[in-house]
This record gives sequence, structure tokens and C-alpha cells, in this order.
Amino acid sequence: MRKALLAATAASLLAAAPAAAQQKTVKIGFISTFSGPVAAIGNDMRNSFELALDHMGRKMGGLPVEVIYEDDGFKPEVGKQKTEKLIESDKVDFITGYIWSNVLLASVKPALDSKTFLISANAGPHQLAGEGCSPFFFSTSWQNDQTPQAMGLYMNQKGVKTVFLIGPNYAAGKDMLAGVASTFKGKVIGQELTKWPDQLDFSAELAKAKDAKPDAIFVFYPGAAGAQFLNQYVQSGLKGQIPLYTAFTIDELTLPRQKDTALGVPGAQQWVNDLPNETNKKFVSDYRKKHPGLSPTFYGAQSYDSANLIASAVAATKGNLSDKAAVQKAMEKADFKSVRGNFKYGNNHFPIQNFYLQEAVKDQEGNFALKTVATIVENDQDRFHDKCPMK
Amino acid sequence: MSGWLSTRNIATVTLLLALVLLPVYVELTGSRFLLTLFTRIVILAMAAVSLNLILGYGGMMSFGHAAYLGIGGYAVGILAFEGVYSGFVQWPVALLVSALFALLIGALSLRTRGVYFIMITLAFAQMTYYIVAGLARYGGDDGLTIQDRSKFFAPVNLSNKTQFYYICLTLLFASIYLVWRIVNSRFGMMIQGARSNDTRMRAIGFPTYRYKLTCFVIAGTLCGLAGALLANHTDFVSPAMMYWTRSGDLIIMVVLGGMGSIFGPLFGAVALLILEEVLSGITEYWQIILGPLLLLVVLFGRGGIDGLLGKVRHG
Amino acid sequence: MTLFIEQCLNGLQFGLLLFLLAAGLTLVFGIMDLVNLAHGSLYMLGAYFAATFAAWTGSFVLGAVLALGATLLVGMAIEIIAMRRLYGRDHLDHVLATFGLILFFDELVRLIWGPSGMSLPLPSWLNTSVRVLPGIDYSAYKLSIIIVSLAVVVFLYFLVMRTRIGMLIRAGASNREMVGALGVNIKLLFTLVFGLGAALAGLAGLMQAPILTVQIGMGENILILAFVITVIGGIGSIRGAFVAAILVGLIDTLGRAYFTDLLRLVFTKETAATAAPALSSMLIYLLMAIVLVIKPEGLFSASGK
Repeated sequence: MRKALLAATAASLLAAAPAAAQQKTVKIGFISTFSGPVAAIGNDMRNSFELALDHMGRKMGGLPVEVIYEDDGFKPEVGKQKTEKLIESDKVDFITGYIWSNVLLASVKPALDSKTFLISANAGPHQLAGEGCSPFFFSTSWQNDQTPQAMGLYMNQKGVKTVFLIGPNYAAGKDMLAGVASTFKGKVIGQELTKWPDQLDFSAELAKAKDAKPDAIFVFYPGAAGAQFLNQYVQSGLKGQIPLYTAFTIDELTLPRQKDTALGVPGAQQWVNDLPNETNKKFVSDYRKKHPGLSPTFYGAQSYDSANLIASAVAATKGNLSDKAAVQKAMEKADFKSVRGNFKYGNNHFPIQNFYLQEAVKDQEGNFALKTVATIVENDQDRFHDKCPMK
Repeated sequence: MSGWLSTRNIATVTLLLALVLLPVYVELTGSRFLLTLFTRIVILAMAAVSLNLILGYGGMMSFGHAAYLGIGGYAVGILAFEGVYSGFVQWPVALLVSALFALLIGALSLRTRGVYFIMITLAFAQMTYYIVAGLARYGGDDGLTIQDRSKFFAPVNLSNKTQFYYICLTLLFASIYLVWRIVNSRFGMMIQGARSNDTRMRAIGFPTYRYKLTCFVIAGTLCGLAGALLANHTDFVSPAMMYWTRSGDLIIMVVLGGMGSIFGPLFGAVALLILEEVLSGITEYWQIILGPLLLLVVLFGRGGIDGLLGKVRHG
Repeated sequence: MTLFIEQCLNGLQFGLLLFLLAAGLTLVFGIMDLVNLAHGSLYMLGAYFAATFAAWTGSFVLGAVLALGATLLVGMAIEIIAMRRLYGRDHLDHVLATFGLILFFDELVRLIWGPSGMSLPLPSWLNTSVRVLPGIDYSAYKLSIIIVSLAVVVFLYFLVMRTRIGMLIRAGASNREMVGALGVNIKLLFTLVFGLGAALAGLAGLMQAPILTVQIGMGENILILAFVITVIGGIGSIRGAFVAAILVGLIDTLGRAYFTDLLRLVFTKETAATAAPALSSMLIYLLMAIVLVIKPEGLFSASGK
């Protein structure tokens, strides 16, 4: 008796949410990682998204905004489950977030099948830029290959002749290493893919790199792994012997841990915290005010843009979100002020944008910061867009 | 605890009715998420039923049962990836591969007993996990998205959630019936006899090893079918489906529900998964309750929910 | 060649870490006949305590010592509160109850320390490399792990072989009932043994923290390996655990390093990179399966069974 009663009570609790027909609020689902060592990234994204909402008075097109944050636990199958929950149970109008490419790839089907707009604020796997592109998928970040491609170009400029590549063995890791190889004019004399995310001990790979004696090592290790890698790079005695070139490995979250090991190590990025446009200045300074001791990262910048992209579409369609075609058209215009400077969308809904060279510097007080050093390439478009059948 | 109107029977019938009538409720209230949740519960209950056959009745503590969920799931996933969507090919393959794995693993594992049996079934499950995680073509650790569900003849359409739910429910009832028949047969008597005292059974002349192995294969195959259903349900397979902690979850369902009882695993699956849903809505830290709860069940509540129901006198 | 030596050192270091974890497990298993899945939780607690105390005291070494003490106390507390009721019961009960403990501890850690995990930074005197052989610069910290672990091995040897308690431990491992019948304070012995196992697990956890991780659930992954080592080595045998741990550590590390290259001869880089860690992990389980089939009590079984 008790069993059935419990079941019935639970069922009615779950059914309590009414099925909304009229657009009264804008419901946004946000999937990121809020547990484990990379929770810092999820928090950075959430803080930035919330800041964007604060800046727009928590209203989009006059409608109040409700955001539901869910934790993907760094696992593709959990991210997928949460995505489904947001769509079926919470009935969100937009889904955004997604740090990891493998989580995104696992979660994209339920969103696209249900015609829910999914805006990736970080992951940019090539599958979604090429044949897998969709009218309902948008990116406010980049396509994975673009950033390492820019680094490849920079390495050419620096006269690097041979490179050894190291990265994690999952969707994004493979994209990154492929990206470097595609623009680098020299020879790739070695490549190591490590087990992700479990393997945090890179001594074997560093030993192999040392053995191969390349001109440079390129590495991609996002989040906490980036801090681990740089530490071990130093511990293995390679610093000063073989220079390191990176993408997404040094950011405002890992820099406080990496400290001196990050000095002199270049990274490529489509956004750096000191980009001189008004929107960015406001974003960075208000973030620092609201979260003392913290600085926003590119993850946060992309999330900030995502909020503004969604807002622009809601405003343009005057809140009539059931007209999917109109929402899509509005989003394609990218008619909002981005913190990276304004950009256009390619046919596959990935941004066409500049890439900059960033480096870590230390000031007299011993504080570390990231600075823009140069523009590597302008108006760069990803190399998969012509495989996308749209437009 | 006798007669038709015992608490246990009433509870069982109520639960069964609730499961059958669920889609009607979903239609009326529009909460599609409930349908998704209960489809998952029904599928995992089927896996738990299969585990109960060897664990509850056979006394074989397999810590690697989730491997069959993965094997059945990947059979469907890999075939789908290679363009074979027909359920008439996928499901038999899933059953066959699960049966073969169970035969192989069982043949080797049943040579041991006690904690060694636990460890070796665990080892084999982890090996399967690593084999699958090592298949780069099929996604490795990232998993594999299944673009389309298994196709059978029209009007059967697995993408129709209500239809799919009833198919899973029917298969669940069929498995429960199957287990009931096995357990109440001569074969079943022998398995239970071997659980209490294997030496004595062999002394009487029964080839317990052979019987246990048969049981093991049946359980693995049934679980493989559940795996095929799960793959269709989530449109996604990943090695995580068969990590050893998932086997632990299945064991919890069986124990919580009451080992060696026909409907126990169903109660266990419903209880655990609903608890998960409801509690995680209330507090993020719900597992802090589940942990000690398990401890208490082990220490004091032998017989699980089913046992509890049996103790409650009616009238 | 230098690469090979470095990999061997890595394998040795990993193996020794695994030994610390497996030693406690095999002792508890052998003497109290207790299957303790929550051993991984003690490993996790060691790491968290170390990260916390190091941050409070500002000293890595002091933090480590305090963490060791804390884990020892927690271990003994668990034994008194929970484990005592499990002695003599079915192994299934042990597995279930301690699985419940894992869930409990994971959530408790989340409650106290939050979901993000922690980091344990190395002091600068350890964060360098040491020239162990001409041409081979090895991480100073990893070297210190090897040294500390070997010291523990020697300590355990003396404890088990040369002291009275050690004698009781060995006796208990071969014949528990007899030891009890001889009037030894079994309860105290059990508590101490469990505490020792907990301290060893905590030491393993805190030592790997600076190079690997301090996060919730970190015990689950490594626990399996510890069990496998226990079974291969023989339940109750520390010597067996040592041999098995080194074996497993070397196989895993060398496997990961060289399988990739071997496979690359036949497959693509991606396939090789995905399959190699899988293969080397499988090798370990294969080894256990083979040992169980040929010598079911393990390589160096303590009891005469």
C-alpha cells in the first residue's frame, strides 16, 4: 500500500508544473559542469550569464527571464539526460552552455529533434560545423579547429620547423590537434592523445616529447588539466629547453595556479580580457566588482554573449518564440554587441571572427594577468562551413 | 501472511495497475517527462529481474551484471551506426552476443565461489567496459549517438513514446513470468538448493555447475535484451552503462526490493529510481540518506521491501 | 633507453602507491574477513585532509602528517561504529553495506568541502627535477613518493615480522578463531588493523594529490585496481600485495606507453590512442582472471586454504 502511495505522490509532484501555452517568461536551460575540479569553469559561465541578465534588467523583449542551471558532471550521458529533462520536463525555449564537445555531441539530438534552439557557449565540434549543422544550432564561441589553426599560423610566423602535439583523446582534443596540423607548414614529428579526463599524469608523454627533440610542443588541456600539465612540464625539466605553444590551456582560472610556469607561454584566443571595446570593458570591470578576486575567462565571455544573442532574438520577434523561423532569422543576424567586438555568422551558424595572441605577464606586485600581444588573423571562418548544406 | 488480500498482494497489484495505466495519466496531465522516467524504470526493473534470478534465487553474487546492459546496448548501437536499423537483426544479435558473453564469463567464473566469484565477475565486466571504451570507431569514452530506433514492421514504431513504453512493459511482465516459471520448476528447485548447500546437492548427484551456468546465461541474455531497450530509450550508448558502479546499482535494486521474491526487483527499481528523482529535487545531497539507508537495510531489513510488505498484517 | 628507464620509474611509483592502498585492503580482508568497498573513501579523505591541513598550516609536510593522523582516527571510528556489526556476516552484506558507505562519504565530502574538489600545491623544494642518471631528469616529487613508499614497506615488514602485534596479525590471517581462543584482545587488534589500513590508504591518497587529483569519487576508480591486486597477491598476504602491486603498476604504465606505439604500426593514431589504455587496463584483469583460474588463492596466499 505504502509503495503505491509513494509512487502516486511522487508522480503528482512531478506533474505539478503546468503546461505553458502562452509565452509569459523566457525559459533558458543552462548546462555546464558544476562539480569536480572543473566546477570553476561552470561557475565562471554562470556568473557571466547572470551578469548579462543583470545588465539587461533580467528581461528579454519585455518578458521576465528564468534560467535553470543543470550539472553535466563532466559526463556525456549525464549531459544528455539533463538536456532531455530541460526540454521535456522544464520545457525551456533555449538551451545554452556546454563546455565539452563530447557532452554537446551526446546532447544535441534531443534538442534538435524537438526544435529547441541550442546555443553552444563553448564546445565547437567539427561535426556540427559541417554536415551536422542545423538551423537550431548556434555557437557564440568558435569551431574547435579555429583557435589551434591560428596558433599554427603563429608558429609558422615564428619559424618553428617541427612540432610535437599533445592533447586529450576526446572530440575536442582531436579537433585541436587536427587544427594545428592543418595550418602548420612544418613537420608534425609526434602526436600523443591521452586518456580523458582520467589521465592527469603526463610524464610519459612529456618523456616521449623530450626524446623526439622537436622545435616546439603544442598542447591543449582545458581546465584543471592545464594547470597539471604546465606543472609537470616544468618538473620534467623541459621549460627553457623546448618552447610550448598552447590553446585553451592558460586562462584566468588556471593562471593563478600556474603562476610563473605560464610566463612566456603563448596562447591563441578569439577574446582576451583587455579587448578595447565598451561592452567588454563593462563586462570585465563589473564582473570583477561583483566577484572580488576573480576575473572572467573566455568561457564566461562566450556565455555573456550567449545571453545577449538570445535577448536580441526575443526582442526582434517580440517574444513570439513559437515562430521558429523568425527566431532563427533573428539569431542569424547576430544583432547584439559582443564582448569580442561585433562579428557575423557563417552559413553554419559559427562566428566569423578575429584571433589574437595572448600571453601571461607579471606586474611589479607579482600579480598575473593575460594580455593581448598581437592579432594573428582577421575574419577567420572555420574550414567546415562548405560541408554544411544550409544557405 | 496468507490469502489473496495480503498487503503484499494488494501493493503488487496496485503497482502493476499503476504501471499499465501510466500513459493514460500522462495523456491527461501532459507530463511527458513521467513517461520517459517510467520507461527507464521499467527497463532497469527488467535488468534487476534478470539479476534476481542468479543473485536472489541462485545465490550467485555477480558484480558484473551491468556488462550485459552494455553489450545489448552496443549491439544495437554499432549496428545502427553501420546502417543496420532493422530490429529483426539488431535484437537477436544483442541476445546472441549477450548469451555468448554470459556463457564465456560464467564458465570461467563459476569455477570459483564466494568473494572470488564476486571479484572475477567484476573483472570480466571491467574488461568488457575497457574493450568497448577502446573502440575509437564507435566513440570510445564519448559514447555513440543512435540516429534512429530499431525498425520493425509498421504499425510498430518505437519512436512513439507510448508504444515504446507498452512494449517495454510487456517485455518486463514476460520476464517476470519467465523467472517465475523457472523458479517453480524442477530446475529452479535445484538452483535454490545449490544456493543453500552446493556440496549437498552435488552429493545427491545433481550437476550443479551445469545448472548454475544455464541460469547465468539466461540471466545474461535477459539483461542483454534490457540493454537493447535501453539503447533505444536513450538513443545513446556509452561505456559508462557498464561501469562497475552500475552493477552496484542493480544489486541495490534487487536487495532493496527483496532478494528471491518474484516482484521484489520491480519494487526495488521503482523505489530506487523514484527516490532518486524525488529526493534530488528536494536536496542535492540525497545520496547521504541513501547510503546509510542501504546499511540499515542490510543490517536489519532482510527481505527488503517485499519482506516488509509481508510483515504488515492486513485486517 | 632513457625513456624506458623513466617509464619503469613511473611504473614503480604507481605500483608503490597501489601497494599502500592494497596493503590495508588485504590485511582487513585476511584478518577480519571483511570486504571493504569503502577503502577508497579513506583514500579520498586522506587527500582532502592533506589539502585542508596544508592550506591551514602553510606547510606541505605538516599538512601530510596531520592528514595521516586524521585518517587513522576516522578509520578506527568507522571500525567501531559500523564494521564491527558486519563481522561474520555474508560477503554480500559487506559489499552492500560498504557500498552504502561509499555513497555516504561521497556526499559527506561534498557537504563539507563543496563539489569542486581541491588542489594540493607542491612546495617549491619538491617541484623540480632530479638527475637520477646521466640524461634522466626525474621529478623530485615522484622520487620522494618512491622513497616514502619503500620506507613504509620496510616499516610494514618489521611490524609484521618482528613485533608481537605483527605476530598476532600473521596468526590472525592464518587462523582467526585460534587467535581469539588464545585470549588475545581481538576487538582491539581488529580496530588497530583497520586503523592501520586506513592510514595507509590515506597516505596513498595524500601522496598522489599534488600530481593527480583531489576530488569526490576519486576512490572508486582506484579501488578496483586495489582489489585486483589483493586477489592476485593472495588475500591476507602483504608480500603478495607488494609483488602484485609492482606488477600491476609496471604493466599499466608500460602498457599505456608502449601499446600506443605498437598499435600505431597497424592502426590510425586515434584508434591507437583510444585502444592502448583500454588494452593495458584489460591486461591487468586478464592477469587476475588467469591467476584465479590457475591458483585461486592468489600467488602468496596467507591462509592454508
